[in-house]
Amino acid sequence: MSPGDATSGSSPSADTDPGVETNTGTDAGIGTATETNADTDTGIGTATETNTDAGADAVRKADARGRQAARLRPLVALAAMAVLLVSMLAGLLVGAADIAPTSVMLQLLDWLPFVSADSGLAPVELGLLTELRLPRVLLAAIVGGLLAVAGAGYQGVFRNPLADPYLLGAAAGAGLTTTAAIVFTGGDVEAIGIPAAAFTGAVGGVLLAYALGSAAGRGGGTATLVLAGVAVTSFLTAVQTFLQQLKVEELQRIYAWILGDVGGGWGQVTLVVPYAAVSVTVMLLHGRLLDVLSVGDDEAVTLGLNATRVRLVVLLAASLATAAAVAVSGLIGFVGIVVPHVVRRLAGSSYRIVLPISLIGGAAFLVLADLIARTVLAPAELPIGVVTAFVGAPFFVAVLRVTRRVET
Amino acid sequence: MRPVRSALAGALFAALTLAGCGQSSPASAPSQTLSPTAPAAATPSAGFPVTVEAGNGPVVVAKRPERIVSLSPSATESLFAIGAGPQVVAVDDQSTYPAEAPKSDLSGFKPNVEAIIARKPDLVVVANDIGGVVAALGKVGVPVLLEPAATKFDEAYDQITDLGDATGNGDRAAELVAGMRKRLDEITAAAPKDAKLTYYHELDTTPYSVTSDTFLGQIYGLFGMTNIADKAPDPAGGYPKLSAEFVAQADPDLVFLADTKCCAQSRETLAKRPGWSRLSAIKNDRVIPLDDDIASRWGPRVVDLAEQIGDAVQKVSAG
Repeated sequence: MSPGDATSGSSPSADTDPGVETNTGTDAGIGTATETNADTDTGIGTATETNTDAGADAVRKADARGRQAARLRPLVALAAMAVLLVSMLAGLLVGAADIAPTSVMLQLLDWLPFVSADSGLAPVELGLLTELRLPRVLLAAIVGGLLAVAGAGYQGVFRNPLADPYLLGAAAGAGLTTTAAIVFTGGDVEAIGIPAAAFTGAVGGVLLAYALGSAAGRGGGTATLVLAGVAVTSFLTAVQTFLQQLKVEELQRIYAWILGDVGGGWGQVTLVVPYAAVSVTVMLLHGRLLDVLSVGDDEAVTLGLNATRVRLVVLLAASLATAAAVAVSGLIGFVGIVVPHVVRRLAGSSYRIVLPISLIGGAAFLVLADLIARTVLAPAELPIGVVTAFVGAPFFVAVLRVTRRVET
Repeated sequence: MRPVRSALAGALFAALTLAGCGQSSPASAPSQTLSPTAPAAATPSAGFPVTVEAGNGPVVVAKRPERIVSLSPSATESLFAIGAGPQVVAVDDQSTYPAEAPKSDLSGFKPNVEAIIARKPDLVVVANDIGGVVAALGKVGVPVLLEPAATKFDEAYDQITDLGDATGNGDRAAELVAGMRKRLDEITAAAPKDAKLTYYHELDTTPYSVTSDTFLGQIYGLFGMTNIADKAPDPAGGYPKLSAEFVAQADPDLVFLADTKCCAQSRETLAKRPGWSRLSAIKNDRVIPLDDDIASRWGPRVVDLAEQIGDAVQKVSAG
């Protein structure tokens, strides 16, 4: 596939993309970077035939994508935002405590600038709303958005529909350090202790997998990296299980953390926001580059893209997002893998669509999942991880069925 | 349960086999028709062989055991309370009371049959039949008493009686049970019945709680208190994970913390939780720290737990 093809295919247009041009410049300027690219080529060199096939396939895919919208249409974005806002509103109106929804609505209006309304909420109810429900809905939205956008990023980097935010050992790493924190501190963990431990573990797990994958594979091949992730996950999970055995009386707490919880209050919201802002911004800026990457490494290189570096940057941002989410909410599964796929099916498969809409869709999905988790057995609650999979899996199958003509 | 003569044991066998391992409620049914205070085995040496009805059916103990291994913290407490302590050679890693109990690295959650056999036990007491430990020990001829978590007071008493009979300390066990019953009667008699108090019992910071259907809930029930967790629907089980906002709104009169050891919880940490600072139990100093261990076992110290609850109820009604 030549650059000319790509331009006519309208999706990865190298000439108009400043990011790509920058990369070209870097390659030319620094010899080592060019060598890395050469390495990539020789690394895949044994499978030249497959690559040729894949290349032809990629051209067809790029053409197919060209016919679809590569850019985010305002209507889609507005619809997604509307779904998110309705979900969050529902999350604020309904809960285990019996607060009149009309009063909550009035209170929300009162909080708007230049609007004054008397909700008539008692101090206790107001406290519940501001200290429990509001931060909970916000945390669910942030965590859901982070996991979904991280999942989309991982899928783009690995060009693998099965990739999810926990692929490279983030979950296992966080599980290990959190278990260690619970086991070795005798339960006397400060409020900051668990998030700090989980964050460190998630980042550490990914770095370990990346180091192993880079050492074992050559030139940033993704298959080696995935396998390194599998190995790191198994290893760290084994250590975690061993620690659990040391202190069985803490099993309940460890298990509860693993199943996930977004009821951490404002403290957790403020913890996660800075990391969320940085990682999401970086990923959203890389949508176009991921689109270029999606046509295949060789083609991306001929377009002047430093595939290895784009992968590394997106991978770091996605891992940061995952670590931040895991730190404040535990290991909530399913969101990261499924939301990007649903978005692809419903809105289009360009990463300029998938990344932002996954962010919004993941937020809405987790807010709704948490709403179900805390109301279906009210005043008792279900672990949110149970709801995401139990409700999410049938929904996902339904979307797959309805949109089966779309290629994943 | 009291010792059953061989003939009676045979008659009961069918029913108990149906009840199966770990089914404590049906297994305990026959004992309720018999008076628990009836004289047990006359002298320690003369009582053997003895057959005890445990959670795993009739268990024959051929002679007075001298090398007991307890993998159940509750059973450990009972064994030492009935004077069987000198006969105990090893207890599991969770048996933290009494201090003189020979704590070992044996685990009741992940029982290692070989490690248990290495202690050369002539009686093993377990609370859960995890990994087929009962059958495995049975194969090498070690009698095993399965004494699962009690779901009501009578079961807790039965288990103490069981342990007394199986270890040749039937008299001491009967004394202990009678003493527990008496103290419990006194405690409940002293507490005001019409206080109409609501309470919240916290198991951990998640927060998991207990309903009135549980063994713990029944202890609170003795004082006529209302459990806020009872509002949880049945599918949530006896140990529901409560919604933090529900607890805040229910605003219970009394809060009992059974996570003081595991999770270092106190009135102060509770006040720092989002939305809970206005709880009246916190403002009025009605947060009662319990001992996690006492509040999770069904041995002789349940009476201490009841006493602590009774004191709290009295204090609230007086103030």
